[in-house]
Amino acid sequence: MLQMRSSMSRFLAQTIGLLFWSAVAVWASEPKGSFPDGTNIFAPASTPAKSIFGLSLFVLAVTGAIFLVVFALLLYCVVKFRKRRNDDGREPPQVYGSNQVELAWTVIPVLIVVALFMATARVIADVQKAARPDNAIEVIAIGHQFWWEYRYPAFGVVTANELHVPVSDDTHPTPTFIKLLSADTDHSFWIPRLAGKTDLIPNHPNSMWIDPHETGVYLGQCAQYCGTQHAKMLLRVYVQSQDEFARWIQEQRQPATVGNAVSQGQRIFETTACINCHTVAGTVANGRFGPDLTHLLSRDTIAAGAAKNTPENLRQWILNPAAIKPGSLMPAMQLSDPELDALTTYLETLR
Amino acid sequence: MSTESIAWPTTTAASPSFVDHLHTWVTTVDHKRLGILYIVYALIFLVIGGVEATVMRIQLIRPHNDFVSPQVFNRMFTMHGTTMIFFVAMPILFGFANYLIPLMIGARDMAFPRLNAFGFWMTAFGGLLLYFSLVGANGLYGAGNAPDVGWFAYAPLTSQTFSVGHSTDFWTLALLVSGFGSISTAINIVATVLCMRCPGMTLAKMPLFAWLNLVMAGLVILAVSPLTAAQIMLLLDRYLGAHFFDTQAGGSAVIWMHFFWIFGHPEVYVLVLPAFAFASEIIPVFSRKAIFGYPVMVGATVAIGFISMSVWAHHMFTVGMGANANTFFVLSTLAIAVPTGIKIFNWLATMWGGKIEFKTPMLFCIAFLFQFLIAGLTGVMMSAAPFDWQLGNSYFVVAHFHYVIVGGILFTLFAAFYYWFPKMSGKMYSEILGKLHFWLFLIGFHLTFDFMHVPGLLGMPRRIYTYEPGRGWDTWNLIVTIGVFFQAAGILVFLGNLLWSYYRGKDAGSDPWDAWTLEWSTNSPPPAYNFASIPVVKSRRPLWDLKHPDDPDWKYE
Repeated sequence: MLQMRSSMSRFLAQTIGLLFWSAVAVWASEPKGSFPDGTNIFAPASTPAKSIFGLSLFVLAVTGAIFLVVFALLLYCVVKFRKRRNDDGREPPQVYGSNQVELAWTVIPVLIVVALFMATARVIADVQKAARPDNAIEVIAIGHQFWWEYRYPAFGVVTANELHVPVSDDTHPTPTFIKLLSADTDHSFWIPRLAGKTDLIPNHPNSMWIDPHETGVYLGQCAQYCGTQHAKMLLRVYVQSQDEFARWIQEQRQPATVGNAVSQGQRIFETTACINCHTVAGTVANGRFGPDLTHLLSRDTIAAGAAKNTPENLRQWILNPAAIKPGSLMPAMQLSDPELDALTTYLETLR
Repeated sequence: MSTESIAWPTTTAASPSFVDHLHTWVTTVDHKRLGILYIVYALIFLVIGGVEATVMRIQLIRPHNDFVSPQVFNRMFTMHGTTMIFFVAMPILFGFANYLIPLMIGARDMAFPRLNAFGFWMTAFGGLLLYFSLVGANGLYGAGNAPDVGWFAYAPLTSQTFSVGHSTDFWTLALLVSGFGSISTAINIVATVLCMRCPGMTLAKMPLFAWLNLVMAGLVILAVSPLTAAQIMLLLDRYLGAHFFDTQAGGSAVIWMHFFWIFGHPEVYVLVLPAFAFASEIIPVFSRKAIFGYPVMVGATVAIGFISMSVWAHHMFTVGMGANANTFFVLSTLAIAVPTGIKIFNWLATMWGGKIEFKTPMLFCIAFLFQFLIAGLTGVMMSAAPFDWQLGNSYFVVAHFHYVIVGGILFTLFAAFYYWFPKMSGKMYSEILGKLHFWLFLIGFHLTFDFMHVPGLLGMPRRIYTYEPGRGWDTWNLIVTIGVFFQAAGILVFLGNLLWSYYRGKDAGSDPWDAWTLEWSTNSPPPAYNFASIPVVKSRRPLWDLKHPDDPDWKYE
């Protein structure tokens, strides 16, 4: 038995060691991509995320301390009070309880709870009751199966999937307040580095705010199960300098760039089912079920971040959306090769 | 007349045919047989739910994997969650409660034996309905063949617009039917504990096991009823033109969340209180000491029962309840940590100064204490609402509640299996296989659920069938999946141990653990009538009094 136990423990130790080192090796070789902090909640870059980060450090410190104390007690019990080999076979002294001790381990946790509660209540108020300055950017985010619609009512801009907001630094504090709506099922807006998540629920408007302190692209994705393609309902937030943001707004306000002669691709677009769902401002296409395509080429990705916005991907997406995003509500358009080419060429003009 | 001429009638009764045998089990109203039916039924579903989990983990082993389609993955997590909660955890805990409560309180059966059978068969029928959706729900093109709305089935995903066909109906009916079973079993447990105790066993002298299950049963009555109501409302929405949750007609998705979680959170305590009950019986016996602070343990249990009814909306910190409601639910949620902490301290104090024997049941209990401590602390992290805005619906939450349900509840369940298997079968299990099971499962558990916290912190939401590379999630998901195979191996060893011990195990005798509660005073397995004469008790540990007439408990209590 003893021999078996030692061989078992050796087997366990070797297995754990092997797994650990192979994990380290795989992790070290893992491509990190161009977003080093990606979606790490401990790399906050905006006030709400920073408030949460501060609170989380406090909570982690308190719970970590509790863990160490209780774990040490458990370990001490297991080692110190194990049955010895030379045990005399008598029952240990029976202890039935102690009111003092019970009182101690009731009052101390109560005090800890009070401290945690007060710290938490303060952050809730800071984030949820924050005053909205007059110069705040207003965005309406509408969740759809399985993409994001963004509307800037003050600028008359409508876009999809890639949210653009200005940086909010000390010289120009420009927070963005986002009103959250849903066109169909529940979704959740979550950019971990900018703010905690808030759900988009039909018939239940919500709001949240961000004030990113550094320019760059921030990632996230839908965080409430919303149907088949919940997984590829990705979020990208482009935080731009004040000038770049103003320029982006200017460009987005333009109607679609249409050549003098209606191209063959445009004719296909406007005579097939495309226009039932998509809008191209300034043309007959005014559907609202799918993303606005007026400035399609100004976006880096298609299919809510599921693929890069390249002519090949765009063509593939029209030909067979399921190849990129099975379960997406975009139908395969059943076009011939020349039609596909023409249509892709037309879409490539929507800058 | 000579004796030789008399032909004795053949009295060697032929062993009953298989059909007769089956008949006695199907028609039984014996609490022990119903208990075993519950347990075996739940073990079958445990394997099914485990296979579903394995499918999901293989799909997530690397980014952009295509082991299963998104549709299949969504069905897998819906079925896994529903199966594990309603058709594994609840029945298996009811099974132990059914089997053990009458034995522990010196009764011959539950208060309502026929209601008991009704409860089991309703639960069993519910499970079959759920899985019948695999063949029966394919009513319309694209309807899918199993529910895919997630185990909390948020509206309006369950409306006819978004859930065509009948898979959601099978889900609804399965929960409705098994809910009736759960409520009837709960009523039975309450009645049994309150009315069937043997002479001398006052409420203050009954085993903690009975106390914890009493509170659990009360919670079932309070919590399952709103769920049942909500399921009926959902059916009305889907078929009779009601608009409770139909947002397109002015209904409220948030109301469903409230209905579901006012069931869903007490449900966590419905599952964990029986786990506490196992620990409260097993830890004292293997530490050779009386439970420390019995009255405080009872008080903490009742406190948990009450507070657990006021914490449900901490599942809804991200749905926009407003700052004041969020603040209230932070406080109530933090408050429940206090009685739970008291319980952990009392178990530690029970071990303190004892002589701890590391038999398999005790190993599982010690692992439970360690894991439940961590589960409680990650729970405290999420009770801080702003932290939950980041952690909610991420893999951190998935890791947290698996720490509670697997690391807490399943570990104590394994302890209970090994501890009471000798009583139920009359046979001793294999200690070597038991320890192998423990270590395999412990390694698998920690590989899977320790590392599962990390992708959550790195922004990985739950319920996604695939994920993008380059976000630092790949390695963690790989390790998590590797752990699954250790757990599966552990489960196989466990099932093998049960079968091998049942057929080949040594006789256990009536009291293999030198324990103190009444079930160990009768034969293993107990006869149909449990006790030849109804016992009379004077303290919480009647068998201690019997074994130590010079130093009985009743002198001190």
